[in-house]
Amino acid sequence: MIKTLELLKELISAPGLSGFEGPVSQIITEAWEPITDELQTSRVGSLHGLQRGTGAEPRPKILLATHMDAIGLMVAGYAGDCLRITSIGGVDHRVLPGQLVTVHGREALPGVVAQPPANLLPVEDAKAPVILNHLLVDVGLTAEELRQKVRLGDVISFAQEPLEMGKNILAGHSLDNRASVVALSLALEDLQTRSHAWDVWAVATVQEEETMAGAKTSTFGLRPDIAVAIDVTFAEGPGAPKHQAFPLGKGITLGWGSTVHPALYAKFKEIAQELEIPFAMEPLPGRSGTDADALQVSAMGVPTMVLSIPLRYMHTPVEMIGIKDVKRIGRLLAEFIVRLPLDFMETLVWED
Amino acid sequence: MLKIGQEQLELLERLTNACAVSGDEGAVRKIVLEEVKPHADKVKVDAMGNVLVTCLGDAAKGGGERLKVMVAAHMDEVGFMIISDEKEGLYRFSCVGGLDPRQLVGKSLWVGKKRVPGVIGAKPIHLTKREERKRAVSLDSMRIDVGPENGSKVKVGDMATFSTKFTRLGKSIRAKALDDRFGVATLIELVKHAPKNIDLLAAFTVQEEVGLRGAGVAAYTFDPDLGFALDCTPARDFLPWDDEDENASYNTRLGDGPAIYTADSSTLSNPRLIKYLVSTAEELGIPYQLRQPGGGGTDAGAIHRQRMGIPSVTVSVPARYLHTAALISRVADWEATLALMHEALGRLGAGDEVLGIRD
Repeated sequence: MIKTLELLKELISAPGLSGFEGPVSQIITEAWEPITDELQTSRVGSLHGLQRGTGAEPRPKILLATHMDAIGLMVAGYAGDCLRITSIGGVDHRVLPGQLVTVHGREALPGVVAQPPANLLPVEDAKAPVILNHLLVDVGLTAEELRQKVRLGDVISFAQEPLEMGKNILAGHSLDNRASVVALSLALEDLQTRSHAWDVWAVATVQEEETMAGAKTSTFGLRPDIAVAIDVTFAEGPGAPKHQAFPLGKGITLGWGSTVHPALYAKFKEIAQELEIPFAMEPLPGRSGTDADALQVSAMGVPTMVLSIPLRYMHTPVEMIGIKDVKRIGRLLAEFIVRLPLDFMETLVWED
Repeated sequence: MLKIGQEQLELLERLTNACAVSGDEGAVRKIVLEEVKPHADKVKVDAMGNVLVTCLGDAAKGGGERLKVMVAAHMDEVGFMIISDEKEGLYRFSCVGGLDPRQLVGKSLWVGKKRVPGVIGAKPIHLTKREERKRAVSLDSMRIDVGPENGSKVKVGDMATFSTKFTRLGKSIRAKALDDRFGVATLIELVKHAPKNIDLLAAFTVQEEVGLRGAGVAAYTFDPDLGFALDCTPARDFLPWDDEDENASYNTRLGDGPAIYTADSSTLSNPRLIKYLVSTAEELGIPYQLRQPGGGGTDAGAIHRQRMGIPSVTVSVPARYLHTAALISRVADWEATLALMHEALGRLGAGDEVLGIRD
């Protein structure tokens, strides 16, 4: 039995930056072993979990993609007893000064992002944000110890501990997109005791924050008939006005736009309405900014859907979600899959 | 000489994990009172909340000549006050003490006496424009967010601090509020090992970060012959960005020992006290450094001008990143600070032989 909060906290306490997903993949492997028929790791590190369907072979396949990688920093050089850094994924340098981090050197080294004083920097405005190239990471070692324990290219993860803010609100780093990994795990657990005709491939993808290399290659390898990307979207709150965001913890979003197959959208909407799962339509006018952008154009093309969990303060170490939304996504995925008839693809038509 | 061991580190951990924004020092005061009571001749909490501790010297019993030496360390730390409730767990806040707005976004906090978890978020990078990222996030746009469920647990007027927990980093320490829990922990040790050649007047002061308010009244009450402030001062000993120029304004350096103040914005240190500390350190082989003259202020700023004047000096543990979520400092620097202060106090004569202050 998956304990939602516990699994969430475990996953957001683990590192697993884009390209370095090992630690988080290990935790997901342990969670998925009892609820999948088969587990494999792709050549680029994505985790594939299969739940076989009951239909006759060859069965249709659905791929459910949640990226497991996280944004963070990388060691770019030495500066005395501190490290110079660069970023992995989209990091706003303005959230970095004073952040608690862990440098994954020859051992895990707790540290902090340092903002050097203006008189040591080539800046005109002493109050302007310090650019990434001028920020440092300090792990409290001497210059000599530092060179022994840390090498260029070592990754640096955020060290913000999970924050339980009441029963249903959780904050921490990497909830983008570990929250969706948990939603997918809940769906797998639900599906395990229920009959479904289709094969279900749960995929924890790598490198979404950089190149989407995981989603692209897993979809090519597994050749699903339909695919769903589960990710996070902007929740209303400071910095995210209503027209760009959705209420926190009050329902999920169903993506709508060029990335999404309209017939899939219609089916998910119908089921959400039937089950009274609160949702909002999320307009995705261009790229979705999720794995779906890679899923959709894989091989001969895949009908794709995007489901999202509203999240505050995206790409900061204090991302915030409503836990009910995680459960809602899990439930909707499972209910969609048990309702999939073997001939579903024949009904997935363009209503022009 | 006094050492820093597990017991002292555990005390520092308790002190730094406690929350005591200026004006709301109760959590630290409680620890101080517990620690000092068994070792003091007199303990008093004054009108402002300062803890005033007297440890009488041997000469006090016979009414003999001895110096009355005040040593001050401030209990308060910089932080935040909730100033407006915007409902759904969102609050406007003001900074208490000097904080750099660039150090606030993306941090977690403890809010109020119940230490309700909160965060100061930031706009997602995806919704920002390149030009916008060249400007610091304004304080006006920031909110403390405790989540929609916990709104009833926080009220206007509550204080908040960064929620950084004390962590050992090998020979270093990472914690919030080392400014000035280093001073508080050092002063507790001095009370526990009070020199018998003087009357030690230990002042655990309030409201240093908002204008040295507690130290002034404490000095008035104690009416000492000499004043020492124990504090924590920035080590800005980074390499310049291009590795070429010299860093000429480092203030202090980590690893070089206690920082003896020459001059800051609040005080010109008493030259005889500087000389006395330097000669004590050199005689005993205790590392020390002279803090570069510069800005900043300590409790000495209020003490030295009290009554008819009190010769004063400040000794600080050097640390990086003062007034941010996480400071880094070296245990060895703290140990040398404690040793220097204990030895210097323990060697003070009864009169003016050393200092020439009583003639």
